[in-house]
Amino acid sequence: MFVDYFYYLKERLPVSITEYMTLMEALDKGLIHNMVEFYYISRSILCKNEHHFDIYDIAFANYFKNASLKFPEEIKQQIWDWLEKDLNPPELPDGFQEFLSQHFDLEELQKHFEELLKKQDDEHNFGHHWIGTQGDSRFGHSGQNPMGMRVGGSSGMRMAIQIAQKRIFADYRKDIVLDTRQIKVALKRLRKLEEIGKRDELNIDKTIDKTAKNGGDIDIVFEKRRKNNVKLILLMDVGGSMTPYASLVNLLFSAANNMSHWKDFKYYYFHNCIYESLYFNAQRNPDEAIEFDEFLRKYDNKYKVVIVGDAAMASWELTERYGSIYYYHRNELPGIYYIKELANHFKNNVVWLNPELIRLEWVPWTRKIISSIIPMFNLTVDGIEESMDYLRKSGKDMYTTIQMLKGLNY
Amino acid sequence: MSNTGFNQFRGDVNTERIKYIADPQLRNIVNVSIALGRPLLVKGEPGTGKTLLAHAIAEALGKRLIIWNIKSTTEAIDGCYMYDTVQRLNDSRFGSDERNVDNIKDYITLGPLGEAFVSNEQVVLLIDEVDKADIEFPNDLLQELDVMEFYVKETKEFVRANTRPIVIITSNNEKELPDAFLRRCVFHWIEFPSKEFMAEICNLHYPNLKQNLLDQCLKHFYALRAITKIRKLPSTSELLDWIGVLLKSGISIDELKKGIPFLGVLIKKEKDVELALEKVKFPT
Repeated sequence: MFVDYFYYLKERLPVSITEYMTLMEALDKGLIHNMVEFYYISRSILCKNEHHFDIYDIAFANYFKNASLKFPEEIKQQIWDWLEKDLNPPELPDGFQEFLSQHFDLEELQKHFEELLKKQDDEHNFGHHWIGTQGDSRFGHSGQNPMGMRVGGSSGMRMAIQIAQKRIFADYRKDIVLDTRQIKVALKRLRKLEEIGKRDELNIDKTIDKTAKNGGDIDIVFEKRRKNNVKLILLMDVGGSMTPYASLVNLLFSAANNMSHWKDFKYYYFHNCIYESLYFNAQRNPDEAIEFDEFLRKYDNKYKVVIVGDAAMASWELTERYGSIYYYHRNELPGIYYIKELANHFKNNVVWLNPELIRLEWVPWTRKIISSIIPMFNLTVDGIEESMDYLRKSGKDMYTTIQMLKGLNY
Repeated sequence: MSNTGFNQFRGDVNTERIKYIADPQLRNIVNVSIALGRPLLVKGEPGTGKTLLAHAIAEALGKRLIIWNIKSTTEAIDGCYMYDTVQRLNDSRFGSDERNVDNIKDYITLGPLGEAFVSNEQVVLLIDEVDKADIEFPNDLLQELDVMEFYVKETKEFVRANTRPIVIITSNNEKELPDAFLRRCVFHWIEFPSKEFMAEICNLHYPNLKQNLLDQCLKHFYALRAITKIRKLPSTSELLDWIGVLLKSGISIDELKKGIPFLGVLIKKEKDVELALEKVKFPT
């Protein structure tokens, strides 16, 4: 009976058949007693990420508010069966039910209710006409119309829709659903296991070997634990042309930052091109920055450097003295000097990730220059994987998009 | 509905050890997940009582609680069983009165998951902070949580659940969980309590708390939470601690009205304290 509902959600959310079957099981076992419970339980079963709750809310409200009017008869009946539970027949005086059935046709009442539901958008209380509380309309609850239909209160479809319409999860919504998990899995490729600490891990194979050779006298072999020894620096462009990719860069950042995987993880920001300072935060406050020279002194070439930027800028930002996009910023050396310095210092341990997908037909001039100095990859899951492989092997045996770019004439 | 065994968890627990109220939605979801025999995954802001929920369920239903705390180094097999090779090797050389070296079973100890399975009575199993472990960890638990059994390769035996344990899994959202894992769970996001519900929670913990004092505390608390720039917002557990401190210090309502004493109990980060001081008064 809820197949339509499932497909309606499936168009909007990643719901699976397993989960649908679980929901059916819950209904079958009689675990759901009314629409409010249905709203919460179906959310718990079908929707596994709070970032999707808002989409669920909208879908739920729309489906039961609008689509319900177009339901086939039997589905409508089943939903009405639920609502009827709220009619409270036992509380009515004797003979009242009869009176009701003589004067009011349930079907007519339902039709009226549906019409109202369609028209009504806000909450209505103390009214005569709309569905709401404490009024004398024929619909609603805690009201005075004896021939009315109880709607809502602690339960009921209207209530469930109202909860959905509140959309309290709007803040949790993330429209980019490219989740950090994929990125993390890609980042995991960058791994260089090295032995650290005390010899406290038992090597069973070696122990057995040695013990056997020892004629059964136990000879236990302990080894040092192996741990990832990769130290990573992320340099992020926060220039104006990067604004459309801000959330993508954030995603990469939070994925890298949340990984317990690195031995050391540092990040800095720059604007359009790298000059004599790298900033601690995206606001680029001059007091909170590190001098480029000090940066090179602080981090040796064992660090792996990932630069994220679109590498698209005016040519003078890259090649001219005083070329920085900021009028008051007088860079004594052109941007390209710093790019080259980075490449010289970190050798094959630096890559550039570009959120603007690399197309061979059209490459901004500055991007050509930069990519001829630092290998450039797409900021996509594939691109990250490729770049991590490049870093892991320190650039050996790699054929990348960039090699192709390098061959271009400019 | 006259479903036997359903609606077991009533949502409020008030005993010596545990004081806990769940909102109606959470209570329903708990019961649904028990009835369906699916693990319940709970997420929510830190300090909203995710871990406490499992304790409360065990207490309310009078069941044994088995806790599996996940760390960054935890592997799925740790939860199932451990084969103590070193002990066996040692015993083979020096002998043992308690264990028989020829019997491999003597050297297999069950982990929390294993214990939950072999228990004759239904237990509550808490898998705490599942997101702490490696990103692949939840995938290694699929079979165990689905069919509730695992294979001990040393003895070539299956360990099967006698009764499906009630499984509560908590996550702090540090890592995203794999879809295959999520499909097998029922999920609930614990919303931050409304002011009214929070008052109920406080009353449960401090039954003698005066109404006007509580109102003032909540006023301060929600004012702090309204400062959006604060990185680590104070949570329920911090509010309860703070009220405890206030009661111990015997502070008067007039003093409390002037500002927020013992701010450090509520706000833990230095930068946040600075932010808070800009917005709210502090008694001098």
